[in-house]
Amino acid sequence: MSAAPLTTAPLTTAVLRASETGADRSLTRRLLRNPLGLTAIVLLGLIVLLSVLAPWIAPHDPNHVDLAVAFDPPSATHWLGADSAGRDVLSRLLTGGRLTLLGAAIGLTVAVVVGLVSGLVAGYYGGWFDTLSDLSTSLVMALPNMMILLAIRVVVGPSLWITMAVFGLLISPSIYRLVRSGVRQVRGELYVDAARVSGLSDARIIARHVLFVVRAPIIIQAAIIGGIAIAIQSGLEFLGLGDQTVPTWGVMLSEGFGNLYIAPLLILWPGLAIALTIGSLVLFGNALRDALEDKPAAPRLRGGVARQSTATATATATADDDVALSVRGLTVGYPTTSDALKTVIESVTFDVRRGEILGLVGESGSGKTQTAWSVLGLLPRGAVVESGAIVHDGVDLLADAGRTQRGLLGRRIAYVPQEPMSNLDPYFTVGHQLVAPMRKHLGLGRAEARDRATQLLAHVGIPDPVRTMKAYPHEISGGMAQRVLIAGAVSCDPDLIVADEPTTALDVTVQAEILDLLRSLQAERGLSMVLVTHNFGVVADLCDSVVVLRGGQVVEQGPAAALLSAPQHPYTRDLLAATLDGTAPRSVSDAAYAELEAAR
Amino acid sequence: MTDTLPSVENSHTVENLLTVENLVVEFPGRRRRAPFRALKGVSLDIAPGETLGLVGESGSGKTTLGRAILGLAPVTSGSITFEGRPLVGLGRAQRRAAGRDVQAVFQDPYTSLNPAMSIEDILTEPLTVQGVAGRDARARVRELLDAVGLPADAGARRPNEFSGGQRQRVAIARALALRPRLIVCDEPVSALDLSTQARVLDLFIDIQRRTGVAYLFVSHDLMVVRHISHRIAVLYRGEIVELGSGEQVTDAPEHPYTQRLLAASPVSDPHEQRLRREQRWAQAARAS
Amino acid sequence: MWSFIARRLAGGILLLVVASSLTYLLMNANSGGIALRILGDQATAEQIAAKEAELGLDRPVLERFGEWALGAVRGDLGTSWFTSEGVWHTVFSRLPVTLSLVVGTVVVTTIVATALGVLAATRRGRVDRVVQVLSVVGAAAPNFWIGLMLVVGFALTLRWFPATGFVSPAVSAAGWAASITLPIVALALGSVAAVTQQVRSAFIEVEGRDYVRTLRSRGLGERTVLFGHVLRGAATPALTVLALQFVGLLGGAVVVERVFALPGLGETIANATTSGDVPLVMGVVVVSVALVVVVNLVIDILAGWINPKARVS
Repeated sequence: MSAAPLTTAPLTTAVLRASETGADRSLTRRLLRNPLGLTAIVLLGLIVLLSVLAPWIAPHDPNHVDLAVAFDPPSATHWLGADSAGRDVLSRLLTGGRLTLLGAAIGLTVAVVVGLVSGLVAGYYGGWFDTLSDLSTSLVMALPNMMILLAIRVVVGPSLWITMAVFGLLISPSIYRLVRSGVRQVRGELYVDAARVSGLSDARIIARHVLFVVRAPIIIQAAIIGGIAIAIQSGLEFLGLGDQTVPTWGVMLSEGFGNLYIAPLLILWPGLAIALTIGSLVLFGNALRDALEDKPAAPRLRGGVARQSTATATATATADDDVALSVRGLTVGYPTTSDALKTVIESVTFDVRRGEILGLVGESGSGKTQTAWSVLGLLPRGAVVESGAIVHDGVDLLADAGRTQRGLLGRRIAYVPQEPMSNLDPYFTVGHQLVAPMRKHLGLGRAEARDRATQLLAHVGIPDPVRTMKAYPHEISGGMAQRVLIAGAVSCDPDLIVADEPTTALDVTVQAEILDLLRSLQAERGLSMVLVTHNFGVVADLCDSVVVLRGGQVVEQGPAAALLSAPQHPYTRDLLAATLDGTAPRSVSDAAYAELEAAR
Repeated sequence: MTDTLPSVENSHTVENLLTVENLVVEFPGRRRRAPFRALKGVSLDIAPGETLGLVGESGSGKTTLGRAILGLAPVTSGSITFEGRPLVGLGRAQRRAAGRDVQAVFQDPYTSLNPAMSIEDILTEPLTVQGVAGRDARARVRELLDAVGLPADAGARRPNEFSGGQRQRVAIARALALRPRLIVCDEPVSALDLSTQARVLDLFIDIQRRTGVAYLFVSHDLMVVRHISHRIAVLYRGEIVELGSGEQVTDAPEHPYTQRLLAASPVSDPHEQRLRREQRWAQAARAS
Repeated sequence: MWSFIARRLAGGILLLVVASSLTYLLMNANSGGIALRILGDQATAEQIAAKEAELGLDRPVLERFGEWALGAVRGDLGTSWFTSEGVWHTVFSRLPVTLSLVVGTVVVTTIVATALGVLAATRRGRVDRVVQVLSVVGAAAPNFWIGLMLVVGFALTLRWFPATGFVSPAVSAAGWAASITLPIVALALGSVAAVTQQVRSAFIEVEGRDYVRTLRSRGLGERTVLFGHVLRGAATPALTVLALQFVGLLGGAVVVERVFALPGLGETIANATTSGDVPLVMGVVVVSVALVVVVNLVIDILAGWINPKARVS
């Protein structure tokens, strides 16, 4: 009966995002297909139905006192027995359900109306109302609900309805926060901008776009609040502070508690009713959340390596001593909702010679990033290498379930990621993130590692390395962050670097500088490099050889100069033709078009 | 058609569709910090049927300029005039009415379409505002889908059933729904794959030739802008540093920043790229 | 960091002032109602007037509020209407019981929820399903209900623990532990459920972030990555939920103290409510809000220590 809104925080983030992606028609279907969800709905329906029908189906007057049958065990006339005053327990249970649910409904209505309206206004318009409501929300959230309800009870007396209305007010911040953050998020969406540009009024935007998104999260939160309302209400009544003339479940429980030693069964029935109702509310909320997130069944396979046949491939791959990295027939599968794996790359084969930069080029979905992650052994959970071999410097990386691969990571094989800002841990200083791997791999002391890291930062072109060491990631720019990540990659003297779109997130002028940095580091250390990119300009600038991927398969590979000037495969030719290098300016293409029109 | 096509020479003789004068946009600073000035007095104009390319790097204010014209960013001072009528300083409802002829296509085709709505609902949304409904609206939707090269049965489906390029076509169709005279395109191809990008750009050009709509085309990519723009403005830290014809800006840039931008854009020919790189190093050496 | 703490502290004090003022005015605005409550429905108008005069309720509410507030600042929360004992003295003597209960629950919740949440997030599969079921049960069962079941099961039937009563740790440490074990279990189940869910989902979310992949690529050990980095990232949202739980626990303690007959703040306010002892109810509310303010401050400082970004905003 903890009165705190149970799980507001995860709701706002996960569900709000999820609720936009799901098509809602199938939502109900998904909800009903979930056995727990279905059970909860059926149970709730049954409880509500019985409670509504209570006046007609209750076998006795719930308040009829008959001391002759006090504490009687279950019998033919009193199916669940009689209480201390000989009142029929079943009748009281049914009537109690009606009152308990009605009370909860009042609290819920107040909470939803207050929370929804204030959340919509605050979230959509912001301004002073937002500031004010945010302040009052944090005020109300700091109040222990139970204490306040007790204080209210001193003033207004034991009224179930007033108590529940005040409870609704006290719990409304949980709805308010949910709605406000939902509205804020939606308001920043481009489709709302588009609607505004189309001339939609604010009211229409709220009705069409905003309410739709917060609808399901509100239902989930309402289920939770309903549960809390019942718990709070029966808690108050259990303390003997409820209206004793109204036979709710809490009042019955309190009465049973008073006679715990005489008739322990008396607390069983209302207790069961309360637990069952709240339980189905919680289950319903959970099922709805799962349906919204559209969770796939948990993948059966653990992440990592599960290779079937590689022996022959390994034999051929280790022949050449000049090869730094050899990938042979690499096939990777991702888990799906069914048992089958979805193959994302298939039989990918290429070699990276020592001191060579190899470009892995392709459009989205080509499998270029998956290939890079396979080489690093950093495929996401559930993804598996189905077959093939990855050999680094003559060592089979996939042997002993990837332990070899993990052992080389950071020391001999290093990674430069795509998005600089999201690839530094925001909770640690730049210095800490550089020093930790050096201490582990190079066995350096703290001071030594710090010196080396500072030198490294200066070397990758960071103007004030001492200050940057102490900075947190959010205090440096994207270009600087990428330099830090590159410094981190080369910090333990690797011989192979896997860079996944290292300049895609950067401005062109910064991109040029980063490409220069990679080039000079490669030259001075004789590094081998796998460079994943979608940009042929980057390939032309940096790469010695190229592998073109499409749909997880190698389309064409060869030396960069030859492949770029005379592509063999039609797909490569189309791709190169789609680049706008040397495109005609608009005046020229317009003139050509005009000529064509005139000729027609 | 040929004589109505604007060229650099005559674009200023034609009455301007959009005029922006001395536009300043400031965003309030957080926690007593000074406000951030995203645009520092920008002036430009667009003629009917013309594409003005707006190029710049992150933080240059290029997106802010587009949003200010659309009424989505606060204007601190300066004026925006569309067909002789001011767009700044109006109430919400007035602004909506005045801006009907200015529509938009945004960068991210994944978040610019409401995932919960069908394509038909997305396309009829702007029509219903204008009171077009029922059979007329459906007919217009078919027309629009056809204009952007999507199949007629696309209307019943939802955005997540389409690829990035197809979604961007839907976004273009939505922008066209009200037959606007100007479309603000904010990086409309930068989230797309290479081959898709080229096709969507050509669709933009094709639509312009057929309908005579004008574009303000915002992009970080000099070559994309060169491909589609009659004139190009280069934005750097909230100011226009260079404005000229497409050829002039991309072939013989005058401002050092534009020169730097051009030299930094890599090309797919290794030999050409080596020359560009050396040119860039030479520039840097000269600068320091 | 110091200015961050100072800002939070000022906010907390403001909160305390506003909350207690509002409660006071709310409780004292309708003085006729109070007298009627105390005397019962049969009271005559004269009796009510006499009672109001006796309790000083005939004076303007703002005047009484000013007096009360002045006293409160000096640590004087007034006198009970029924026992004529100082409110501060009563509250202070009951505080250890409730603090044992609530702080104990917070400690148990933190340890158990972190362990279960991390386990569910890293192991998934069967462990995860067990944790999921547990959190549904924890969220569904009201804690006084759990308390009743525990009393019936462990105290009445198995006789492992005392059913009721509180033993001061000054008297017997073992007796103290035995007397609060069942109440803490009753109170903790719900908050463990909520916090575990939060730790689990935050841990999974953080483990999927880009920087975790990059940390792994640096060859750092799995333990360093999971406990040094992922857990730290997951701690901030978990702390937020823990702070919310604390507010709820104070309310939960009221009922659980009744179940186990613990003489704490909850029992005090429940009795004071029944009798209509306005000053005592006020005193408990003010002290509870003060507790919430202190706990929120501690959690804010913890969050600021963990998350460098929280320090600036």
